[in-house]
Amino acid sequence: MTAYFKEIISGTWSLFVGLGITIVYFFKPVVTLQYPHETVPMTPRYRGHIDLVWDEVRGTNKCIVCNGCMKACPSNCITLAGEKAEGGKGKVLTQYTLDFTKCSLCGLCVEVCPTEALEFSKEYNLAGFDEKDYVFDLLKRLEAKHS
Amino acid sequence: MFLDSELIRLLAFVLGVVGFVAMNAAYLVWLERKEAGHIQRRIGPKEVGPYGLLQPMADGLKLMTKQLITPDGVDPILFKVAPILVMVPAIMSFVTLPFSETLVARNLDVGLLAVFAFASINVLGLLLGAWGSRNKYAVISAARVVSQNVAYEIPMLIIIVTLVMITGTLNLHEIVTLQTGGFWHWNVLKFTASPLMPVAFLIFFICMLAETNRAPFDMAEAESELVAGAFTEYPGMGFGVFFMGEYANIVVGTSLATILFLGGWDCPLGLFPGVHWFLIKMYALIFVVIWIRWTYPRTTFYGLLNLSWKILIPVAFFNLILTSAMLKVF
Repeated sequence: MTAYFKEIISGTWSLFVGLGITIVYFFKPVVTLQYPHETVPMTPRYRGHIDLVWDEVRGTNKCIVCNGCMKACPSNCITLAGEKAEGGKGKVLTQYTLDFTKCSLCGLCVEVCPTEALEFSKEYNLAGFDEKDYVFDLLKRLEAKHS
Repeated sequence: MFLDSELIRLLAFVLGVVGFVAMNAAYLVWLERKEAGHIQRRIGPKEVGPYGLLQPMADGLKLMTKQLITPDGVDPILFKVAPILVMVPAIMSFVTLPFSETLVARNLDVGLLAVFAFASINVLGLLLGAWGSRNKYAVISAARVVSQNVAYEIPMLIIIVTLVMITGTLNLHEIVTLQTGGFWHWNVLKFTASPLMPVAFLIFFICMLAETNRAPFDMAEAESELVAGAFTEYPGMGFGVFFMGEYANIVVGTSLATILFLGGWDCPLGLFPGVHWFLIKMYALIFVVIWIRWTYPRTTFYGLLNLSWKILIPVAFFNLILTSAMLKVF
């Protein structure tokens, strides 16, 4: 009998305590990010698709067209072409396409690059209707970024 | 002429009540979503119109454009009539609810009885709708609704009996006029009648929640998790009418709690009585109802019946006996 009344009283009390907790939350500021209108800043370690690195000193990309990334890629989504540099050693990149439909984001290309010419981009908003939208021309992207 | 004042008054009240119920049913959905959002530190509806105020209109439009499918093998008459049977009693209950000193459609001498009579039809509508759906899950759900409603009618009516003993009348208008003159005259704080009056109000409120199938007693419908329980088979506006009926019933229940316990249109300080006080109290109670929904997890069915039969009914009976003793002594 004592336990019965104790349960009623403590139970009612706990119900009111619960209401108190939720009303505190009711007046707290909203923490929702309104996604289409505002976006979250991406963390620096976010691994999106790859991107070419801009070389501040030479004012171009760092690629030496060694084809390392192309060979390392397990899903064959990188194609690149280069030509002999004018009056100098080495090659210059002329075309670098990434077929993102096949890419598995493994990052082996970034690991294998001898000149650290590749990095992960921070792109995550990549929904689309067409397969062709995902064949990225990374050289164009780089020039567009630093034009 | 035949257009006497009585007919005009009747028409005005019919239109007013239907409009009031419909707007409430629409905008309580908005309020519910908004409040739920803020309790979870979200915003709630915000895209459609300013602060999402056009959201109910958009929802209604969407429901109206849906095809009204009548599934194979349903009982056509019951299936069509059930949503109306849920909605109409809720509207009918407003006939005798006094909003203010003058604003009452029909000042019946048995107003309280009438409200409870109409409130029981709502359950019948749910049961018929589920039975007519020819869907065993809907029938099970409806059986649970009925048992829940039966279980919670009892403590509610015992509380009502104690109230009627105190007030000595079933006329809602008179019940309110007996409480006028400041909040210390309200039935919630009428300690001269029974020291357990706040407890009685709490019991009434809990029973009201269970009667209207609100959380935490909404396992019968659980419209967010199950497929609406008793009205699984209803498409489009059929479902919409059930939903509106639920919200209309909440309005009826909170209005009743306001009238019986919180002094209706009476100002807490006894200064400016009027319909605004009624509405403020009613919407405060509705706010609490929604707040409760987004606080507590859903009870089990077992726990629900235990609460009613083991706790509410004994306490209500004790309150009844205590009240009668107090009335005899003082």
